[in-house]
Amino acid sequence: MIPEIGHFALILAFCFAIVQGIFPLYGVWKNQSGLMNLAVPAARAQFFFIAVAFICLDYSFYANDFSVLYVASNSNSHMPLAYRLAALWGGHEGSMLLWVSILAVWTIAVTLFVKDLPETFRVRLIAVMGLVSIGFLAFVIFTSNPFERLIPAALDGRDLNPLLQDPGMVFHPPVLYMGYVGFSVAFAFAIAALLDGRLDIAWARWTRPWTTAAWVFLTLGIAFGSKWAYYELGWGGWWFWDAVENASFMPWLVGTALIHSLAVTEKRDAFKVWTVLLSISAFSLSLLGTFLVRSGVLTSVHAFATDPGRGLFILIYLVVVIGGALLLFAFRAPSVGLGEKFDVVSRESMLLSNNVVLVAAAGSVLLGTMYPLLMDALGAGKISVGPPYFDAVFVAIMAPGLFLMGLGPLAKWKKASLPEIGTRLKLAGVISVVSALLIPFAMGKITLMTAVGVFLGVWVVSTTLILLRNRIKTRQAASANLLENIKGIPLAFYGMLLAHFGIGVFILGVTLVKGFESEQDLRMEVNDVAKVGNLAFQFKGVQELPGPNYLSSKGTFSVSSNGKEISVLHPEKRFYPVQGSVMTEADIDAGVIKDKYVSLGEPLENGAWSVRIYIKPFVQWIWMGAILMALGGILALADRRYRIVNKKAAKEAQDAQEAFEA
Amino acid sequence: MKRFFMLVLLVFTFLQMSNAVVAGEAKPLAEDPVIEARLKAMSQELRCLVCQNTTLADSSAPLAEDLRKEIREQLRAGKTDKEVIDYLVARYGDFVRYRPPVNNETALLWFGPFLILIIGGFVLYRVLKKHAGNDEIQGEDA
Amino acid sequence: MSRMAKFLIPLALFLIAVGFLFKGLFLDPHEVPSPLVGKPAPVFQAPILSEAGKTFNSADMKGKVWLLNVWASWCGACKDEHPVLMEMAKTNKIATYGLDYKDTDADAQAVLLAQGNPYKATFTDVEGKIGIDYGVYGVPETYVIDKAGVIRYKQIGPITDEILLTKIVPLLKELEK
Repeated sequence: MIPEIGHFALILAFCFAIVQGIFPLYGVWKNQSGLMNLAVPAARAQFFFIAVAFICLDYSFYANDFSVLYVASNSNSHMPLAYRLAALWGGHEGSMLLWVSILAVWTIAVTLFVKDLPETFRVRLIAVMGLVSIGFLAFVIFTSNPFERLIPAALDGRDLNPLLQDPGMVFHPPVLYMGYVGFSVAFAFAIAALLDGRLDIAWARWTRPWTTAAWVFLTLGIAFGSKWAYYELGWGGWWFWDAVENASFMPWLVGTALIHSLAVTEKRDAFKVWTVLLSISAFSLSLLGTFLVRSGVLTSVHAFATDPGRGLFILIYLVVVIGGALLLFAFRAPSVGLGEKFDVVSRESMLLSNNVVLVAAAGSVLLGTMYPLLMDALGAGKISVGPPYFDAVFVAIMAPGLFLMGLGPLAKWKKASLPEIGTRLKLAGVISVVSALLIPFAMGKITLMTAVGVFLGVWVVSTTLILLRNRIKTRQAASANLLENIKGIPLAFYGMLLAHFGIGVFILGVTLVKGFESEQDLRMEVNDVAKVGNLAFQFKGVQELPGPNYLSSKGTFSVSSNGKEISVLHPEKRFYPVQGSVMTEADIDAGVIKDKYVSLGEPLENGAWSVRIYIKPFVQWIWMGAILMALGGILALADRRYRIVNKKAAKEAQDAQEAFEA
Repeated sequence: MKRFFMLVLLVFTFLQMSNAVVAGEAKPLAEDPVIEARLKAMSQELRCLVCQNTTLADSSAPLAEDLRKEIREQLRAGKTDKEVIDYLVARYGDFVRYRPPVNNETALLWFGPFLILIIGGFVLYRVLKKHAGNDEIQGEDA
Repeated sequence: MSRMAKFLIPLALFLIAVGFLFKGLFLDPHEVPSPLVGKPAPVFQAPILSEAGKTFNSADMKGKVWLLNVWASWCGACKDEHPVLMEMAKTNKIATYGLDYKDTDADAQAVLLAQGNPYKATFTDVEGKIGIDYGVYGVPETYVIDKAGVIRYKQIGPITDEILLTKIVPLLKELEK
């Protein structure tokens, strides 16, 4: 009964999505306020019924209802409850339900926060969100119904893929999807603005917080995923340039570009065509990612059950949504004005150079991801594009952008002087060059890669700090109250600083772990000691232990530094009988300076095991950097000019901001 | 206090040493670390064919193990890295290489992004010039 | 209209991408075509299953058209393929030789005994060395080798009735000429 209610709720949600997507648009066109007023209630009804469907499906997981095919395929009664509930998004059908649920969450958020927008714009905005939802709900209902029954019911479920039985599974997909799908809001803003013929400063200002919010989620989602891969896959990799990773990274790059171009558009009413194109592109890349993952056109570690029928459905949907958006763009873009004047060297131009770099970088990721498909479709043979390509091309493109990142925020709006920026950054330059030589040297060896990486990382960090000092100094000139001055700087500015600082931390982490990680493949008998630098890893043996739905071979390693035990690690080998698969669970003693990473290989003769020991210096900085970026975004969101109580207050806040920044 | 500390340290060192007598030193799985390092570096740029999205270095699939063994033997027999990679490409095609070869067919892949960067930079510069030069920009394109 | 032209570029690029994606739906990214097709088959010597001490030399096959089917007792898809191979041996009289890949002789013999033996002879490749030489990456795989000892076709995955009739049989007819 419950699954049928869920299925029915989904169909009702689909109907309301149609009401939300089509009637209000017609209403705006014919100027019928009755139809226009349908947008918000329809969106709410859609949200309600999707929530019902979601709860019904998760209830089936909770109740171990193996008469539901999807539950039987992705769960098992012995699985811990948290994983059973998270198994909802463990397969194709359920993760699509998660997709539409999150779209509904964003839609509701939009209806709650955009009350002050002009009516036609607001109605169009919500209707576009509805249109996006129609396609995906249809996809779920017609090709990927998670409520399909299995008759007769299975005695027990086939279990969730053991790789996914991890706390990461609980957080990573929802957060990632919040980011991915969140760009639909910026997309809807762009389409509504194109329809409304109002690409202006106000549009840019409205779009900004939504874009930042989606970006924060996407940043966190990608970081969670990377961290999860790091400890779960057992070989200490944190990014593989896998098709699915790339699918989430492309919207991130374009979304980052969008955040910066929105700043120019909001400030100077300029580059609107470009900004609106980026808004469309960010979400289009999210949709493309969904297609790439679900259609099976690319091989990926994230193997969803794929099927060309589903692929065709999404492809048609892509053509309608993205093609329609780009066509509308082509019609409206020629009549958009250029906006205010600013100099070739200015904050504006710096922000836009960043766009060129980020778009080229996204282009390299897109080309690298699609090229095997391209070659194959042209009958030119099969190739693989992997880390060596991206490490070369992507990094080469990003490097100048990261250098510019140090200059940009110091450039004055409208007209800046390069020599002046140069003088201000002399100190940062010296610090960066010295660190680029000293840090790799102190860690053992200098290579071009580590020197450049450390230079860029320290450059970004130090220029950010100098920027903060300058800002406070300028205010000190007017009043001597340091605390007041620190408090007086808008949160958005701190947000920018923090995000940039995070990028610097991230670069340092990547550079140092890539340059100085070490790996040992060892054969260890019980009580054997492996020495790595001043660390000693003693193997204390392996115990067989039962888990809730697996059997574990749990190793014990005592890690000591200069003879003193600092930690005990328990890497595991888990056997999951339902799927007959073996999982490697590495154990990590994580630290700011280095991670000690032990992973258990295969049992050898005489109770010995093959063991991999990795030392990963500064690897945690990668995720710390990402978290700082996200925190920066959150600070920017908390800025008072986005906390719009009423239009007047918003206007005042904006004026104050402008007066301050001028 | 200092003396006590030294004593503790000594005891510790002693314990450690006595421990070391019982406990053996862990042995590397590989016999020849130099060849192993080459194998490692090389196999990180090769694709495991069975699992398809892992490198040969990180895969635990049986075929990956066989291939590593084969590469190890060839390296030991004195072959260069290039010869070994050519050997694999002859059998599995360019698919095994994560670093696609640079040729006519992959020119767009390798140079396309830089082209975007250059064209993008050029277009931006021109638009910026236009922006900076014209005072009546507002009406110019409307 | 000319004004619009440059703003149509994104749409044009997108539609080109859609074309490739559409084509991609009908391609299998998991299948790796062998560069060995059209090249001389690697020559190997291998012990013959159930004939202790005897060795097979693939060079002896010069002048004959033959199929080399790589299989193993532990391979699930090989069981699906087995009836087709039996059919081939019975009706089509195709000279199929088996390469028992990374297997034990006892297990392989048990399978052939229980399910029937479609092979003229089976060679064993316990270490998987011959497999590597032939670029085997998953079993079953089947190679069609012509009179000159050149690989003319490689089937990755089980041979189905359809593949047998549309690809292998016509090819063999042509090669026998």
